[in-house]
Amino acid sequence: MLRDITIGQFFPGDSAVHRLDPRVKIVLTIAFIVLLFLANGPVSYAIILAFLGIIIGISRISPKMVVRGLRPVLFIVALTAALNLFYTPGDYIWQWGFLHISREGIRTAVFMVIRLMLLIIATSMLTYTTSPIQLTDGLERLLSPLKKLHAPVHELSMMMSIALRFIPTLIEETEKIISAQKARGADFESGNLVQRARAMIPILVPLFISAFRRADELATAMECRLYRGDVGRTRMRQLGIARVDICALAVFALVFAAVIALRQFDL
Amino acid sequence: MSIILETRGLTHVYGAGTPFERTALDHVDLKIVKGEILGVIGHTGSGKSTLIQHLNGLLKPTEGEVLLDGQPIWNEKGKCARETRFRVGLVFQYPEYQLFEETIAKDIAFGPSNMGLAQAEIDQRVLESMRAVGLEEHMANHSPFALSGGQKRRVAIAGVIAMQPDVLVLDEPTAGLDPAGRDEILGLIKRYHDQSGATVLIVSHSMEDIAQVADRLLVMNHAKALFCDTPREVFSHGEEIIAAGLDVPTITKVMLELKKRGHNVDTSVYTVAQAIDALRACKRKGGAR
Repeated sequence: MLRDITIGQFFPGDSAVHRLDPRVKIVLTIAFIVLLFLANGPVSYAIILAFLGIIIGISRISPKMVVRGLRPVLFIVALTAALNLFYTPGDYIWQWGFLHISREGIRTAVFMVIRLMLLIIATSMLTYTTSPIQLTDGLERLLSPLKKLHAPVHELSMMMSIALRFIPTLIEETEKIISAQKARGADFESGNLVQRARAMIPILVPLFISAFRRADELATAMECRLYRGDVGRTRMRQLGIARVDICALAVFALVFAAVIALRQFDL
Repeated sequence: MSIILETRGLTHVYGAGTPFERTALDHVDLKIVKGEILGVIGHTGSGKSTLIQHLNGLLKPTEGEVLLDGQPIWNEKGKCARETRFRVGLVFQYPEYQLFEETIAKDIAFGPSNMGLAQAEIDQRVLESMRAVGLEEHMANHSPFALSGGQKRRVAIAGVIAMQPDVLVLDEPTAGLDPAGRDEILGLIKRYHDQSGATVLIVSHSMEDIAQVADRLLVMNHAKALFCDTPREVFSHGEEIIAAGLDVPTITKVMLELKKRGHNVDTSVYTVAQAIDALRACKRKGGAR
């Protein structure tokens, strides 16, 4: 079911991870991704894994949910692993036709799998623990220097929050439409590619109509509340750096330093 | 009295194993009699919509089973025959949002053509069901998107009627309509039932609406079936129904209030005419105080 997609979902909570300033979380997530690709030894990955594990523990998000978020991207991970495994030149230990496996290939493949999985887990932890509104608020503030260059930062972040806000609504809507058409005997599972594509029409047409209708209603509602964009707009929730944020930054800085240090020794 | 649809210990759990786990149906036993109009009542989240999506196999029971003409609709391999969907026609809430074709006739024909019927038969059924919902023939080639909300809903209902299901299930067919539109829709459902002899299920949260047309009422509360009986019998439990957070028709409330004040009146009535009879009977008995 569509409902099983957990990437981008938000699980409300009141843990320290939830309370972190969204700007800090976004910056740390980006830094974490950089760190993943800087690390190049088993010890480094063990440290990073432990760090991520502790974050998941503090956030009280069930590890089952975290693992479930990996499912939709398993194919990409497997493909990356296979490409790295078979196409990395080096000290060959197995060969068959144009396929060969080298020691370096195994090492790269294993690292790539770990990196991708940790990357997905880390980014999904960001969305699991940060509400879409906080996320876009944080992004807007982080990008606000670009306003000086006349980049429409506020408009972009507003569009993003609307898009995020409507993902679950549209998923629900899609499921309803699918059920309704199934009730009229629509068949989405059999037939060749063309037939299957045609079978999507009874879903897509009502979905588009409803999306346009919602957009129209939303625009009217915003105008009724005199929405006029960024200028002079104040916020209900002011962002502020608290002690948790300083702690998080400090801990992360330590992990970062440790990984950089270990890098010198390929550990 | 033969039973056309039956549920045994029907249970459904949404999102099992996630933080959002919720039991929407809890061991519901239900027998639907062939040819009756059954009203299903319950407030939001009581499990009505989940229940009806089990009747045509859209949802798979977590536990328990659904029988159509005495046969389980899910076989041992965990498959549900597509034919079930044609025999139990389901009209969703706000069905007008599922229209997609260029013309009204084509949209209504979607169900019948999925059944693999011959074109002549399909055309025949489209015309019949347009008539059944009170749409005029000359509208067949109009776009459904140019219609008013109420008319769109009729097109959508016609789209399910055209499959000529043995059981027609309608989820909140009057939601969002004004009183006139509501009476019209209920009237056409009643007329369709009388003419076709089909079994009809109407889901609603308005006791007032449903008590007028239903032969029997199923009252749902907190994922369970609270009562399933004739309206008269159900409303004689008026106080329990109110205690469960549901409403009873205004006239039943009036009678309950009279009883509370010491008048020995029959509180199982649900129409004004019945109430007049009940009050006369009470007067004859000299029942005042």
